[in-house]
Amino acid sequence: MGNGELKNVRYTAAYFRREEDLIAAAREARAAGFEIHDAFTPFPVHGLDEAVGLRPSRLTWIALIAGAMGLGAGLALQIWTSVYDWPLNVGGKPFNSFPLFIPVAFELTVLFSGLIAICVLLARNRLWIFSKRLVFDRVTDDRFVLVLKARDASFDINKAMVIFDRAGALRVIEGDQFV
Amino acid sequence: MSTKDIETQEYIPDHLLDEPTITPVIRPGHTFGTVTDKISAIALTRKTPRGWYIGFAIAFALAMMLFYSLAQLVLVGTGIWGLNVPVAWGFAIINLVWWIGIGHAGTLISAILLLLRQNWRTSINRFAEAMTLFAVACAGIFPVFHTGRPWLAYWLFPYPNTMKMWPNFRSPLMWDVFAISTYASVSALFWFIGLIPDFATLRDRARSRSGQVIYGMLAMGWRGSARHWHRYETAYLLLAGLATPLVLSVHTVISFDFTIGITPGWHATIFPPYFVAGAIYAGFAMVLILAIPIRKFYGLEDFITMRHLRNMAKIMLATGLIVGYGYMMEAFFGWYSANQYEGFMIRNRMTGPYAPFYWALIFCNIIAPQILWSRRMRNSVPVLFITALIVSVGMWLERFVIVVTSLHRDYLPSSWGMYRGSFWDWSTFIGTIGLFVALLFLFLRFLPMISIFEMRTILPQAEVKEAKE
Repeated sequence: MGNGELKNVRYTAAYFRREEDLIAAAREARAAGFEIHDAFTPFPVHGLDEAVGLRPSRLTWIALIAGAMGLGAGLALQIWTSVYDWPLNVGGKPFNSFPLFIPVAFELTVLFSGLIAICVLLARNRLWIFSKRLVFDRVTDDRFVLVLKARDASFDINKAMVIFDRAGALRVIEGDQFV
Repeated sequence: MSTKDIETQEYIPDHLLDEPTITPVIRPGHTFGTVTDKISAIALTRKTPRGWYIGFAIAFALAMMLFYSLAQLVLVGTGIWGLNVPVAWGFAIINLVWWIGIGHAGTLISAILLLLRQNWRTSINRFAEAMTLFAVACAGIFPVFHTGRPWLAYWLFPYPNTMKMWPNFRSPLMWDVFAISTYASVSALFWFIGLIPDFATLRDRARSRSGQVIYGMLAMGWRGSARHWHRYETAYLLLAGLATPLVLSVHTVISFDFTIGITPGWHATIFPPYFVAGAIYAGFAMVLILAIPIRKFYGLEDFITMRHLRNMAKIMLATGLIVGYGYMMEAFFGWYSANQYEGFMIRNRMTGPYAPFYWALIFCNIIAPQILWSRRMRNSVPVLFITALIVSVGMWLERFVIVVTSLHRDYLPSSWGMYRGSFWDWSTFIGTIGLFVALLFLFLRFLPMISIFEMRTILPQAEVKEAKE
């Protein structure tokens, strides 16, 4: 699956009232060989990632690496400034007073990890303040929407309608140029 | 018995009060739609109540007093505060610790209770996080202005400069700079990320053009995509996981400001856990002080139920006991260390010129909250409110006692002295309370004060039944 942009491809979207219906429809559609473009829900629905076939997010690894960078940067900064660049005798403590460097190194670990994870989240989700995207009706309120790709003639709308109906779809819309 | 009559009813058998089925975290009968309507209407459609204008006007006036006091400080110098040797740390550090401590409950609710899967946190986490941010903002004012030249506050950060100097990383005051600025940044991010889906809800429901544009920009194109939610949840949990050790580290570092010194009464290993517990204690008291009027005036009893108030009361009781243990240990160390300065310090605290403050703090923090052992008292909203107020005062007194009694009579009797806050100390402190309340009023008016999307997840219908494979 791509990152969510679908240009010049027709789509079919079905509205549902309950998340169970959405999940059932997604599972069936996938089993029937339809290509799921995305699903839209008013809150994170558990089990939906698996139903639409999403792989676990790699964000945790990014956060881990970012944290390690923060830790390294924090230690390097303190050791370089206090031991090499400006060795300052404070109360006879050793220049490399390593245990006293732990708090700042820890804070920088958390700071790097948090900031970078959030930046990556925003970038990967393409969230930015001037974003202009199509938002389905009431999907930020109480509706659940499943979007199938209708890429070519092999897309069988009748077969899709059967699946949607069985899952209790409220209405189905078709459109092109999904942005 | 239906849940509806619980709060109107006069008598509920004691053994039923703590039943989750009797008081759920959200009153039955709500749907996704009603939750959205009820919370978003406060920001979008409901007429701003007259009480809001009056409250905001008072808070804003106090905030102006803060700015006036700070301007006075910049014009005249830090001498307008009551600080002098031997008490070189006074209101500035007391208020810093008090405000930061209050902020910690917000992070505890939003991060630690999330990781512990306490879903009752959902209805209170948004405004508790807002409280954290505003409290940290108030806290930050004190050390920055205590420097006397706040426009040079950037000297606190390590940056290459023409003086070829670096900060002293062996100083706990330097650790504070990093701890508090990291805490402020991560809390702000956590709060904002949590708000994005709700901004999208407000954007889609706003009728006015300005509402659509402003909430639209803040929502950043959020449209509830499964792929986005998937990453979003991962990031949210990650931030919670990061915020948890962070919040513990922040108050630990604050306590290091004291413990690293060799002043009697400060140089104690009990300080970090005792400070963290005290912070959570004061913070939950503040959450109760805010939650009780908010749920009343905005009619949110459906979402902030007695269960929330009771749970917070229990946390207060537990952390209060840890704080009590801390006080006991301080007294014990004074005797067991056989150190004459430590012994003198604790005797001076209990019987010296500041003894009334010490005993007032023991009453406020240890004796008064014991009332919460009683189920009946935990279910009385006025009792909870008053206890929370008493605890807030007590926690301020605690910091006053720790800071002042240790400093005013230390090793050299010839340099003993007394300390009292000057007019400007008080006006700055009360002014920060005004700023805090004014910011909260703005938050309540313009942002969803309860997390709408998280409330949807705790509705009974949001529990997906496992499909049979």
